[in-house]
Parts: sequence; C-alpha cells; structure tokens
Amino acid sequence: MSTTVLPASAGPAETFYDFDEHPHPEGHSTMLGFWIYLMSDCLIFAILFACYAVLGGNFAAGPGPKDLFDLNLVAVNTAMLLFSSITYGFAMLAMQQDRLRATQLWLVVTGLFGAAFLSIELYEFHHMIAEGATPQRSAFLSAFFTLVGTHGLHVTFGIVWLVTLLAQLARHGLIQANKRRLMCLSLFWHFLDVIWIGVFTFVYLMGMLR
Amino acid sequence: MSHDPHAHANGHGHHAEAPHGSLRDYATGFLLSVVLTAIPFWLVMERPFSAGVTAAIIVAFAVVQIVVHMIFFLHMSPKAEGGWTMTSLVFTIIVVMIMLAGSLWVMHHLNTNMMPMPHDPSQLP
Repeated sequence: MSTTVLPASAGPAETFYDFDEHPHPEGHSTMLGFWIYLMSDCLIFAILFACYAVLGGNFAAGPGPKDLFDLNLVAVNTAMLLFSSITYGFAMLAMQQDRLRATQLWLVVTGLFGAAFLSIELYEFHHMIAEGATPQRSAFLSAFFTLVGTHGLHVTFGIVWLVTLLAQLARHGLIQANKRRLMCLSLFWHFLDVIWIGVFTFVYLMGMLR
Repeated sequence: MSHDPHAHANGHGHHAEAPHGSLRDYATGFLLSVVLTAIPFWLVMERPFSAGVTAAIIVAFAVVQIVVHMIFFLHMSPKAEGGWTMTSLVFTIIVVMIMLAGSLWVMHHLNTNMMPMPHDPSQLP
C-alpha cells in the first residue's frame, strides 16, 4: 500500500506553476476601458436628457424655446461639430500612415472647429442670459443649461486634451503610446458628436415644435 | 479576456485588432450625416408637415444618424475587442431606455394626478 501512495505524495517536484504569463502588452486593454468610461458618460447624459424631458415644459411663465432658440445658429454649430468629426477622421488616417505633419495639421484644424463650436455656444448662452433667461429663471432653463452646458464642458476638456496631445506629438512623435492616446481621443470626440445629435434633435428641433 | 485567442497575436507591439477606418468610411459617414442633419433642420424651419409628423420624422433621423456615427466614425462592430464593446453598449442602451421611459412615465402620471393648484400661492387656504 505505502509503496503505491509514496509516488503520489512525493509530488512537489511535479507541482506545476504557470510562470509563463500571458503577454500583456502595455495598453492592450486601454481601448476597452476607455469605451466603458464612455458608456458611463453616456449614462450621465441620459440622466440629463431625462431631466430635460421631464422639466422641459415648465417655463414658470418665462421665455420658452421659441423665444430663445435661433435655429440658424444651431445649424452652424452642428456643422462646426460635424466638420471637426471628419477632420479628426483625417487625422486618424494620417496617423495610420505614420505621417506626423499631416496628423498635427488635421488635429489643429479639429481644435479650431471645436473652438468655433464653443465660441458660438458661449455667444448663445451670453445672449440668453443677457435677455434674462438665466438658469434660475425656470425649470426648463435650469435643465437646458445643465444639459447643453455639460456637453460644452466635455468639448472644452476634449480641446484641452487635444492641445496636450499636440504637445506630446511635437515632443515624441507618433510612438505607440501617442497613437493609443489619439485613438482614445478619437472615440471621445466622435462620442461628443453623437451626444450632440441628441441635443439638437430633442432640445432645439423638438423645442421649436412644442 | 485571457482566453481570447487573439491575446497572443496582440503581443507583438501593434494592435492588430484595433478598429481602423478607411477614407471611404469617413467620407460615407460624413455625407450621410450631412444629409441626415440637413433634412430635420429643413423640416423644422419650413414646416411642410404637422408638428406630430415632423417630430416622428426627426427622431427617426436622429436614431439613424447615431447608428451611422457608431459604424463609420466609432468603427463599432460586433467583433471589436472580442465583442465586449458591443456587450457594454447593449447594456448601456437597456439601462438608458429603462431610465428614460420610467422617468417620463412616472412624472407624467404625477403631473396628471396632481391637485389643481391656483397660480397665486397667497390664495391657498
């Protein structure tokens, strides 16, 4: 009996440790992680859209969408964001071909379109506040400024990120880490354009129909 | 994720599975977006239809445009990242739908079942 047990119990030499780690290249899960961040951001916007949908009709005898919104301005704004989306696409195409100068050029163009979008939005906000349509005026205006303002804040941080990446590109060129960062910002930037589709449809266009 | 058969292939420095768009993708997406944006704006500015019909059309255009952006700009596909991006997207859409529909439903019933209130609060007993 003991002779049959011994080989099994003298097993330590046969114990198998998997030292051979699966390869985890730096940043191999960054894109998925960033996508999940975007999904959580999506939930923030969904909550703000729900608030706007619930409160958007409570004007407190104050100004409504038809008194405040200028569709021509919103159309120009939408065009700015759409142009910035396609120019970021061109930057990504240049990046795939390892053309540093072209990547930087298209990123600068994207940043300028983003800045134009923000300027127009700030002009619109300034105009509304000057007319007395402040966030404190009614539940509709509180919900409007929170939703559109949060989107504008995201665009602002997108531009800050873009400028940071331009500095990184100038210093290190199109290294693997920078490419990964550019791909994350690409997701972020196009995601903001997707949110804007919801904003101009449900806030501005539906507001004019109300 | 560690059972992903592509995990070993990814170890060689470049991201073989990273979604890449082509010039054609971006151009198609851009042109479709321009059309899908211009028509709703035109419908609301010129108002050829009644408000209800116009609202239904512009919501449909928004949904189509979001899908266009997802495919041509965000390069979504059921295979990206071993299907995890699509899984998380579907989960997010379900949560968002429950939240939006639930909020609107509950708040609508609250509004319609409220006691009628006089506009001047000083008139209250």
